[in-house]
Amino acid sequence: MGNSVKGQRLVALFLLGGLLLNYPLLDLAAGDTLLAGFPVLYAYLFFVWGLLIVLMMLVVERGPD
Amino acid sequence: MLIAPFIVLASFGYVGLLFAIARYGDKRADAGRSIIANPYIYALSLAVYCTSWTFYGSVGRAASTGTGFLPIYLGPTLMAALWWYVMAKIIRISKANRLTSIADFVASRYGKSQLLGGLVTVIAIVGVVPYIALQLKAISASFSIILRYPEVIMPDKQGAPLFIGDNTFYIAMLLAAFTILFGTRHLDATERHEGLVAAVAFESLVKLVAFIAVGVYVTYGMYDGFADIFARAEDYPQLGTLLHEGGDSGRYSTWASLTFLSMLAIMFLPRQFQVTVVENVDERHLRKAVWLFPLYLLVINVFVMPIALGGLMHFPQGGVDADTFVLTLPMSVQQPWLILLAFIGGLSAATGMVIVETIALSTMACNDLVMPVLLRQRWLRLTERRDLSGLLLGIRRGAIVVILVLGYLYFYLAGEAYALVSIGLISFSAVAQFAPAIIGGIYWKGGTRLGAICGLAAGFLVWVYTLLLPSFAKSGWLPITFLSQGYFGTELLRPEQLFGLTDFDDITHCLFWSMLANVGCYVAISLARRPTGVEHSQAAIFVDALKTALPAARARLWRGSATVDDLLALLGRFIGPERAREALLAYARRHRVASPDQLKADAGLVHHVESLLAGAIGSASARVMMSSAVDEEPLSLDEVLHVIDEASQALAYSRQLEQKSVELQSATDELRRANQRLQELDRMKDDFISMVTHELRTPLTSIRAFSEILNAHADLDPPQRQKFLQVIIKESERLTRLINQVLDLAKIESGHAEWRAEAIDLREVIEDSATTVHQLYNERGVELRLELPHIPTIVVADRDRLMQVMLNLLSNAAKYCDRPDGKVEVKLDVAPEWLQIDVRDNGIGIAPADQDVLFEKFRQVGDTVSRPRSGSGLGLAICRQIIDHFGGRLWVESTPGVGSTFCFTLPRGAGIAHKSTAAGRDEHASHA
Repeated sequence: MGNSVKGQRLVALFLLGGLLLNYPLLDLAAGDTLLAGFPVLYAYLFFVWGLLIVLMMLVVERGPD
Repeated sequence: MLIAPFIVLASFGYVGLLFAIARYGDKRADAGRSIIANPYIYALSLAVYCTSWTFYGSVGRAASTGTGFLPIYLGPTLMAALWWYVMAKIIRISKANRLTSIADFVASRYGKSQLLGGLVTVIAIVGVVPYIALQLKAISASFSIILRYPEVIMPDKQGAPLFIGDNTFYIAMLLAAFTILFGTRHLDATERHEGLVAAVAFESLVKLVAFIAVGVYVTYGMYDGFADIFARAEDYPQLGTLLHEGGDSGRYSTWASLTFLSMLAIMFLPRQFQVTVVENVDERHLRKAVWLFPLYLLVINVFVMPIALGGLMHFPQGGVDADTFVLTLPMSVQQPWLILLAFIGGLSAATGMVIVETIALSTMACNDLVMPVLLRQRWLRLTERRDLSGLLLGIRRGAIVVILVLGYLYFYLAGEAYALVSIGLISFSAVAQFAPAIIGGIYWKGGTRLGAICGLAAGFLVWVYTLLLPSFAKSGWLPITFLSQGYFGTELLRPEQLFGLTDFDDITHCLFWSMLANVGCYVAISLARRPTGVEHSQAAIFVDALKTALPAARARLWRGSATVDDLLALLGRFIGPERAREALLAYARRHRVASPDQLKADAGLVHHVESLLAGAIGSASARVMMSSAVDEEPLSLDEVLHVIDEASQALAYSRQLEQKSVELQSATDELRRANQRLQELDRMKDDFISMVTHELRTPLTSIRAFSEILNAHADLDPPQRQKFLQVIIKESERLTRLINQVLDLAKIESGHAEWRAEAIDLREVIEDSATTVHQLYNERGVELRLELPHIPTIVVADRDRLMQVMLNLLSNAAKYCDRPDGKVEVKLDVAPEWLQIDVRDNGIGIAPADQDVLFEKFRQVGDTVSRPRSGSGLGLAICRQIIDHFGGRLWVESTPGVGSTFCFTLPRGAGIAHKSTAAGRDEHASHA
């Protein structure tokens, strides 16, 4: 699939995900608060995970071929 | 309803359904209308990653570590983003080189090394056996639990007999039977199993649906939604920590290492390689899989936390194993269909994993472990066997059984000590060892076979020591002191705290040390020696795979002879005669040849057949079979001699050329030297001419001048006229003399002079010359003395020339002896070999600097003011030429103010005769 823009964007998403879904950034989400009934950590993890997947979908399905 | 027979029936029914789907998939594939050739099925097939670990174990992990179950799924999500480059490259390489397993991939990259293929296979089998044991544990536990319905009782942990009587063993054997039916009905050259992929995609759906069903029921049926569960969990203090844990460094490293491990596992687990790479139909399917697969992972994990919390709240503390919540929660609320669905879901997850993983492992075991060994045993004469497809299938089936037995044994020995997830992580750590060799292999051309072998071996050994053996120790099969005190009681070698590293959990600890050893050895040993030719070419093929378009058929250097029939027979032995014929037919059609009979057994066809073979038995073994079957062997003796002949001819020719060029060189040098001499002579000639012209012009000018005066002044008085006439006469004489001398000198120098050879007495010559100059000496008042020996001194020479020399010397001596007591002495010395004549005078002498130039042409030395030029300056030059001609030497010894002695030697007898005769001969020759 070669050296396309999509590939590079995906690598960027990889780095972004690696940062957001790991400590120490993850520590920021720890705590006792509840977010709409969800524990912050739990909500943060699933939200970021879901967002990452959506972004990956957008990069692959849309954008320049 | 949920009684044993029904459950067993349901289980068989489900597996039967899977089997039916697989058959349908295969049939459609054979008919060319594949049902799996779409990206959604491809992405679903990748979900074989989720096993009973996901189905049961995640909940168990969440119940003890909260969000700690997640990294295993975040890792693959992140890795999927990199698939665009990495996985695409791997797929491209595998398709181009017809690689059918991880072992094949690694072996092919590092020079088609059978050793490496075998090593990878062993590591894969040993590493994945715990994972298979985990599935067995899940199935057997869920089976035991469901049988106790409606009571929720945990299975009995101890007391199960080994093999016979142990339900788990029966389950293992059943799974072996299913796997054999699924994967080893025939051999496919590409190792693709379309039916299997269809079945796996289906079971991925089933386990997803089942899990979500349980999750929805627990969250919305047993409680009032997510918020309700979380709020209620707050009331339990210990659950609070699960939800809100902060981090300490231990958690940091665990989280990161689990994420990293799962990133590697999604690539290098044999079943993942099988479904992602080998079963891939179209490269473009990978694109959708990049986000579809992570989406699946997210969806199947949404309800893990609620189920875990629900279970922890529902069951009294410690009563029910959290690994079973997915089954026991529905059981506790008496929902039979949900229970059955959950059970089937768990069964689906486990069987899917076992079938795909075991097929992948058995393929590797057959192609890369057993066959290479068997092919080497000459006594088996395998290369001569008619049909090997039966043998290959037999080996694969045997491998499947062996692997499942090993899985069962691990479960028996070590399975009870661990939670499901922990067992799985041990396997993850094992397959992670493939990462350096493979990732390095596709991006670094410097990776060598030895480096890969050492890296893999080192990493594997560290894994065994830090994870595998401790698992046996924790289950009681090795002394527990092994863990607390290390090997030989050395604390530094404690398997879970190697060299004092205590901060990490066992998985992170193993990951660190094994990767250190693996990468370290791989890089260091690869760099220690340069890659061989084969390694280098394979490295280039792999690393540069994306730079070239999909190659149609690589041209190959191939010397050998084979017929199409040979190739057909060879192929048939491995994949069956009908399939072999089909393959050749397809090849013929592709190359627009009417029928396979008209195919030529050229390099292209041979290469194609070899790749088909590689699909069946691995590339390394295919190489071996091919070369032995089609006489690709060494050239015949004749051909070798012919080649040597040609080579030696070429060598001789080049030597000749070398010689010629050397000769040419020396000839050129000679020419150059001759040219130089010619130029010199030319210069000398020019000098000579200019000098002679000058010398001639001087007297001519005087003669003309005085003649003109006489002519112009007829009335000149007689005395003056007389004086002028005298001058004219004298100058004419001088001119004549000069011209004569010049001609003389020229004649002598060019060798055209006439030399007469006669025997003469030198004493007579000297005396005669003395008489001749008598008048001159009287006029000048110089005494002349002769000192001559008393015996006759005979030489053979030219008398006149000798006279010429003597006269010249004597007159010179007189000229420069201008003093009252001037004395000239002539001495003749006789020695055995030569004669020496000295002419000594006590004149003014000659300065040392002038002594050399004296003999040059037109040179006169001395004070030109007091003694104007009276000679031509050629006398001594002529003398020297004459003496040289006779083979003698003429020189001067002089001290200024004292006198000068001119000496010349003449060789006696033979020398002179020779020279003069030779000169005479030359002259005659040139005049002839």
